[in-house]
Amino acid sequence: MLTEISLHVLDIAENSVKAKAKLVEIEIEIEEAKNFLRVLIRDDGVGMTKEVLRSVTDPFYTSRKTRKVGLGVPFFKAAALQTEGDFSITSEPGAGTTVIAEFTLSHLDRMPIGDISATIHTLVVYHQDVDFRYRYSVNGKEFVMDTREFRAVLGDISFAEREVSEYIMEFLAENHKEANGGKVY
Amino acid sequence: MKSLEELKAIRERMQGQVGLRNESEASTRVVVGMATCGIASGARPVLVALADAVAEKKIEDVAVTQTGCIGLCQYEPIVEVIQPGKEKVTYVKMDAKKALEVVEQHLIRGQVVTEYTIGNTMK
Repeated sequence: MLTEISLHVLDIAENSVKAKAKLVEIEIEIEEAKNFLRVLIRDDGVGMTKEVLRSVTDPFYTSRKTRKVGLGVPFFKAAALQTEGDFSITSEPGAGTTVIAEFTLSHLDRMPIGDISATIHTLVVYHQDVDFRYRYSVNGKEFVMDTREFRAVLGDISFAEREVSEYIMEFLAENHKEANGGKVY
Repeated sequence: MKSLEELKAIRERMQGQVGLRNESEASTRVVVGMATCGIASGARPVLVALADAVAEKKIEDVAVTQTGCIGLCQYEPIVEVIQPGKEKVTYVKMDAKKALEVVEQHLIRGQVVTEYTIGNTMK
């Protein structure tokens, strides 16, 4: 079991990276008036056939060879559905995969977002051959982080260089704090 | 608030430095398992702690990276230390505190923290 939404985001986005995505888009949208929290992860990776797509929410399906169960997608689906939310995964070979999880914001069983700055930072710094576009929105107040913009400035300087890595972490932490307006979701 | 201007300033500072660290030249690789099993058991804070400590202590020639499922899910979070000419060391059931000990003892002093290795845990 994963205990934070941010850990699910990390887990699902790792699948995108393994599917040879060039661009991974991650969106988290919170709307208090509508009592919802929506997470979207979209990639332009290799995608899946209908047969594979049908089986990914089955815990006993995995593409991995090192063990026989794959719990990432089933866990995420269960986390959304236990809040009377919704879950969908769409994919096409060659056209990438999109995962959307909708949570009821105020539901007692809705897990906290958790350390989403650490998740995005980890993805960005450890997968420098992939671009990430991340959008975080709370009641319409949003920010976007796009690694293509960072790369345009940095050229061939690695995101793993200490100063750059710290800049990215602070960028995320500051912007999350600002968008959250003092609240913790 | 952080701006792209600030990033430009970092770039200009760094371009003035010679000998930027190149990951591919690092001789020691520290690998953290980051599949569902690893993430669920706490691999993210372990990875963050390792990367922070290596940067903070300015340990040269060490690259911290991540990998998928190693197939030993019950022992996650797993950290492997791979050094040329030496046998791979597999640390199991790690946390941020243990990771810092590995940085101090193994990466800096060259002494394997036997207590946390898979061989010791399976006994």
